[in-house]
Amino acid sequence: MSKTITLDGKIIPFEDGQTIMDAAMAAGVYIPHLCHQPEFTPHGSCKLCTVKVNGRNCSACTFPAMDGQDVLSETEELINDRKKITQMLFVEGNHLCPGCEKTGNCQLQAVAYHLNMLDNHFPLFYPNREVDASHADVMIDQSRCILCTLCVRASQQKDGKDVFAVSGRGINKHLIVNAQSGLLKDTDLEATDHAAHICPTGAILIKRTGYRVPIGERIYDHKEIDQVSLETEHVKHGE
Amino acid sequence: MRQFIQGIAENSHYQATHLLHILRQIQSHYHYIPEAAIEQLSGLLNIPRTQIISVVEFYSFFHLAPRGQYELLISDSITDHMLGKKDMLDYLTKTLGVAVGELRDDGLVSLDNTSCTGMCDQGPAGLVNGYALTRLDRSSIDKIAELINQQKPLNEWPIELFQVDDNIYKSGLLLNQQIEQGAALRSTFKRGIKETLKEIDNSGLRGRGGAGFKTAIKWQFCSEEQQTERYVVCNADEGEPGTFKDRVLLNSYADQVLEGMAVCATIIGAKQGFLYLRGEYLHLHDKLQSVLDRRRQNGLLGSNILGSGLDFDIEICLGAGAYICGEESALIESLEGKAGIPRNRPPYPVTQGYLGKPTVVNNVETFLAAASIAINGGDWFANIGTEKSKGTKILSISGDCARPGTYEYPFGVTVQTILNGCGAVDVQGIQVGGPSGVFISNQEFDRKLAFEDLATGGSFIIFNSSRNILDAVHNFTHFFAHESCGFCTPCRVGTSLLKKQIDKIVEGHGSAGDVVALEELCQLVKSYSHCGLGQTAANPILTTLERYPDLYQSRLKEISFEPGFDLDGALETARRMANRYDTGAHLSQTESEHE
Repeated sequence: MSKTITLDGKIIPFEDGQTIMDAAMAAGVYIPHLCHQPEFTPHGSCKLCTVKVNGRNCSACTFPAMDGQDVLSETEELINDRKKITQMLFVEGNHLCPGCEKTGNCQLQAVAYHLNMLDNHFPLFYPNREVDASHADVMIDQSRCILCTLCVRASQQKDGKDVFAVSGRGINKHLIVNAQSGLLKDTDLEATDHAAHICPTGAILIKRTGYRVPIGERIYDHKEIDQVSLETEHVKHGE
Repeated sequence: MRQFIQGIAENSHYQATHLLHILRQIQSHYHYIPEAAIEQLSGLLNIPRTQIISVVEFYSFFHLAPRGQYELLISDSITDHMLGKKDMLDYLTKTLGVAVGELRDDGLVSLDNTSCTGMCDQGPAGLVNGYALTRLDRSSIDKIAELINQQKPLNEWPIELFQVDDNIYKSGLLLNQQIEQGAALRSTFKRGIKETLKEIDNSGLRGRGGAGFKTAIKWQFCSEEQQTERYVVCNADEGEPGTFKDRVLLNSYADQVLEGMAVCATIIGAKQGFLYLRGEYLHLHDKLQSVLDRRRQNGLLGSNILGSGLDFDIEICLGAGAYICGEESALIESLEGKAGIPRNRPPYPVTQGYLGKPTVVNNVETFLAAASIAINGGDWFANIGTEKSKGTKILSISGDCARPGTYEYPFGVTVQTILNGCGAVDVQGIQVGGPSGVFISNQEFDRKLAFEDLATGGSFIIFNSSRNILDAVHNFTHFFAHESCGFCTPCRVGTSLLKKQIDKIVEGHGSAGDVVALEELCQLVKSYSHCGLGQTAANPILTTLERYPDLYQSRLKEISFEPGFDLDGALETARRMANRYDTGAHLSQTESEHE
């Protein structure tokens, strides 16, 4: 008999080594997340995927599924708190959706819509963050970085490089690149690298491709993030 | 420079795990980490420069920009403030001619604040080039300023500036008797390894860092792991503001602590141990090193300990200013030469710790107790204390009392007994367990120190009725925001939001909804943070809000809303550009200010 967990009252199977997130996605259940992509080592930092496991809060993307676990995800409390965590990510940086090229393709924005986020709730930080447009084909706008480290992991685990890292402590944490000058142009990043395309927000953008896909025809313009996530991320995971 | 860097890298065998040790030497030599040093190290250690930069930017004692030849840091614990830190610091900035957070123009001296340096019973305290300064006052500041201006090397400074006292006022089971060197190991070998673990189990000893996990179970789990390469780590990263008992234990009971580590190594089968010493206790380093050397000479460390055939040695690793490294998995990351970011758990350190190998991490006091238990047996310890909290607890008592210092009490002791013992009168409340613990009011002095009532890692800060409790809450909340590692959203952003929100209320800009918003935010940070730091960061607010709701309410304005930022201040740039400073170019914050 295969092992199972109960997720919001529904019994779903899992295999040894799977996290709660893995099991949920395989069963077609979306748990909101931003720092997680099934292809990379889970990070567990954004905390959007927090679920209650036997009464205790755990990150679904890192916590192993174990036989008989009682997992709650879509409770009013968790949905509400996920919204607040998303609001924290918004106020921490400078996220001005209408002026951002990523709008409609942005996971942060899509998660916010999914969680019915209608305002920032918290006071804005208005941090002074820099743009690095030195690279011929790729640019970084630190204002939009949510420190998910997906670019760090993609560069290491997929591209076999080490272009990005997160440095600093606390609220001063920030993305750095691997060049003596500190500039993207002096790294070995290429526009074809996986790391250049993985950013869930508009912090890393490919130059000269802006608005090629018109607003209205973008990923999340017609589908919600739960549907997109289950269609795209779960397939990849099975590979 | 190239030769210097090459030399220290070579001494560290080009091991990236020694990165903190290497960077400490560079910082101490150049008073910052030069870019060229990072480039060279990246090659020598074969790690990306980004890894080095991220470590430099993580720890408070490393800097990418030059600091003074004399780096002065002043402890910012609430206890330092209670001992007159503000006046002292004002005098210091005037005397030295340097502002807080700045480097003097001649490059000779820099000044900044730092988190609690563990000298709460002898503050206001500070550090000069990492070495502890105590009891700072106007006369010692005059002396220090003169020494700096004369560019006198630290080893020529008068030793009384660096005088650190134990201040042990009450000894019990553990502090009464210094064990004879090697006695715990001899007892362990004589009784048998399994039998000694049994004694530790019988003793009921629980981790003294505060969490209270049963020591024997931790050791047993580790000993049962399949991987045979295992490690023992002593957590001497005593960073909880108000705690300093480990400093006393390492100063005067080091042999016993190290012996406790050796007993643990014998039981779990470890060959290597680490003593992770917080950077603030640099003054203890050489002394501890000489204790290790002596123990090696006496056959108590190294190969074939006491002829038993067992090998075990201990290395001291210094931290570099990061409270989070007191969290065991962050400590392990730091031992590996990385930023101290708590790991995802499971796996726990007992299965995958240092370098992915089974590792026991225990508090200084836990090892001290274990050594005594190995000699005297479990019952000796278990006969004292309460049902769930056996033995004694060593406390660091500071704040408003006649005799601040180190005290050992049996578990189950009442708060009132402790207050009587240290000569505290007119007490308003006590911060038990440090900022991450609980603030109790003077209605709760019959409560008991024990895991089943008031759990504590040892910090006990007393506030008399002249103190403003909100000052303490403000100080603690800023502390957590400063020390958050920034890994997870709720703590990284949440602790900064808590800081903004408490500032708003304390500064008198709060309005009706702000206390409710504060409490809601507290619950969010507490429930969703990745590790103990975030999960307890809201405790100073939550535990005082519960006891003194009126204190918060009284700070609020009688309006329904006030903006979270300074409206008039925000117009300053516009005024400057328009060159307009008349009344019409100013905005009042709220309607009521018009009157």
